[in-house]
Order: sequence, then structure tokens, then C-alpha cells
Amino acid sequence: MNKKQQFIQGFQHGIPIGLGYFAVAFSLGVAAKHAGLNAFQGFLASILNNASAGEYAGFTVIAAHASYFEMAIIILVTNARYMLMSCALSQHLPPTLSLGHRLLIGHFVTDEIFGITIARPGTLNPYYTYGAAIFASPAWAIGTALGIMAGNLLPLRVVSALSVALFGMFLAVFIPPCKHNPVIAGCVISGFGLSYLMQHLGKWYPFFGTISGGTKTIILTVLISALAAVFFPISEKE
Amino acid sequence: MKNNIYIYIAIMTAVTYGIRVIPLTLIRKPITSKFIKSFLYYVPYVTLAVMTFPAIMDATQSPIAGLVALILGIGAAWLGAGLLPVSVICCITVFALEWFLL
Repeated sequence: MNKKQQFIQGFQHGIPIGLGYFAVAFSLGVAAKHAGLNAFQGFLASILNNASAGEYAGFTVIAAHASYFEMAIIILVTNARYMLMSCALSQHLPPTLSLGHRLLIGHFVTDEIFGITIARPGTLNPYYTYGAAIFASPAWAIGTALGIMAGNLLPLRVVSALSVALFGMFLAVFIPPCKHNPVIAGCVISGFGLSYLMQHLGKWYPFFGTISGGTKTIILTVLISALAAVFFPISEKE
Repeated sequence: MKNNIYIYIAIMTAVTYGIRVIPLTLIRKPITSKFIKSFLYYVPYVTLAVMTFPAIMDATQSPIAGLVALILGIGAAWLGAGLLPVSVICCITVFALEWFLL
């Protein structure tokens, strides 16, 4: 397939992804508005980041007026999975692929675009990625901006319902692997339990109350993932 | 102290882009450390789980509606529903329950 055919196929595969992004980004916009971002700032954050969980975590940092350092750490942790995906993707690129293409593909490593690109047979043609991203990425950014704008206009009960869309998307990512991998299931259950415990310890002991949501996410992610990695190292095929 | 939103966005962007592009440009060999590979493998699932619960109960007006949306969302994802269907199921659950609860 030539560049144009690759681009068109990527574009076709990107349409359902973009529609899903649009709906979820709308609920992300509600969180962004809560953090004090205007529609332009939300658009900017989304077009530059292309990251659901990372942006959501970032907006909670902004809402808490936490430090720039905490922002860097929370983004590093919530987006650490992209590093793993990029490592995997680097093995699928033609060795001769120019630096410019590598720099551009890197911007579009999201859960979904990574998912469809890694499933391509053979080495990856960058134009496939561009085709997928050209609809999906603006849909994400425009959805965020509209969420910020319409969050004002919609009734409270509609905003309340939309605010769980993002969590629904998270569930669709981390629940299916639990069926086949008991270690991941264990990680998820301990994550739920410890997260709940830490939030409630804050009500009883002032020390825990000073830990922000972002810091809690970092501490629990590093702790649980490290323990899982020590006791249940993955086998080569994973 | 009120921090600047544009600086926050710049930090988010720089860190996110660095995470994505460094492996693609610099790491030409596979990672060999079994611990780091395993750690990176578990990180996304744990992060998302920690961010989902109990936060989903604080996002809605009624915590019970959030909890039921979580349970039904887990059920739908378990049965193989994709990104968009699971999100829609969670939203409808909250909308319907809060209609009666509030």
C-alpha cells in the first residue's frame, strides 16, 4: 500500500475512535471547567496532550493549586504506560524511519491509536497513524472545549451523569485484562481498596488528610506496581 | 499562591511528550530489566483503578448512583463492551438513578 492508501485506511479506523473520544472528552471538559480552565485552555491542553487519564489527573492538580513539581510527577506516573507502548512501538518501526516521523508519531501514542497501529502486520507506515489521528485528535480537543462551554448550559443532573463517562472509559481499559490475568485483577482490587482506605484515613488522621489526590495516585501506583513486579514478574511473551 | 494555568499545561505537555517520544527516538533496543518491564506492565491498570475508586462516587451528586454506575460499568466491561458502550452505560445509570434518588 502506498502512503495515500495507508492514510485513508488509518482515517477510516480513526472514525470510531474519534467518536468515542468526543463523548469522553466532553466529560473531561466538565472536570477541566471545575479546575478553572476556559474553553481555549481546555482545547490547548487536549490537542497538546492526547491523554485521558493524564489530563484528568493534571486537572485535579490544577484544581488543588498544587505545585508544578507535583504536576510533573503525576503526569509522569499517569502517562508512564505510554513509555511502555512507545517501547513496544519502536520495535515495529522501520529502522530507517526518519527522526521527523518518529517525533510526530510519538505525539499520537494513545491507548486506542497504539492499539490499532500495533495490530498492523509488518512494520508501521507512519501515514496510517496520521490518518487515524487527523480525525481522532481534533475530536478529543473539540470535545474538551465543548464540555467546558456546555457544562454551564446543561442541567446539573445531566452534568452529573456525564461526569462518569471518563470513569467508564477507564473501566473499559482495565477490567477486560482482569478476566485472564489474576495478578492484574489483584492489582485492581488492591488499588480500589487502598485508594478508599487512604481517602478515609484523611478523615480520621490529619496527616493523611494533607495528601492530595494526585500524590495518593502516585504513592499507590508505585507501591502496588512494584510489589506486583517483584512477586509476579511478567513472562517474556507478555 | 495561584499558579498559572498555561505553565501547568506546558508542564503536562512537556512531560507527556517526553514520555512518548524518548523511547521512539533513543531506545532502539528492547528493555531487558525484568523488574522494569513488569513494573511498566502493571502501572496503567493500577493507576486507572486508583483514580476510578472512590473518585467515581464523588463525581456524581449522589454517591450511591456513582457506586451503581461503577458496578454496572465493571459488569459491561467484563462482558466485553467497548470504550463508548461502557461510558454510555455508566452515564445512563447515574442519570436514571438520580432521577429517583434526588
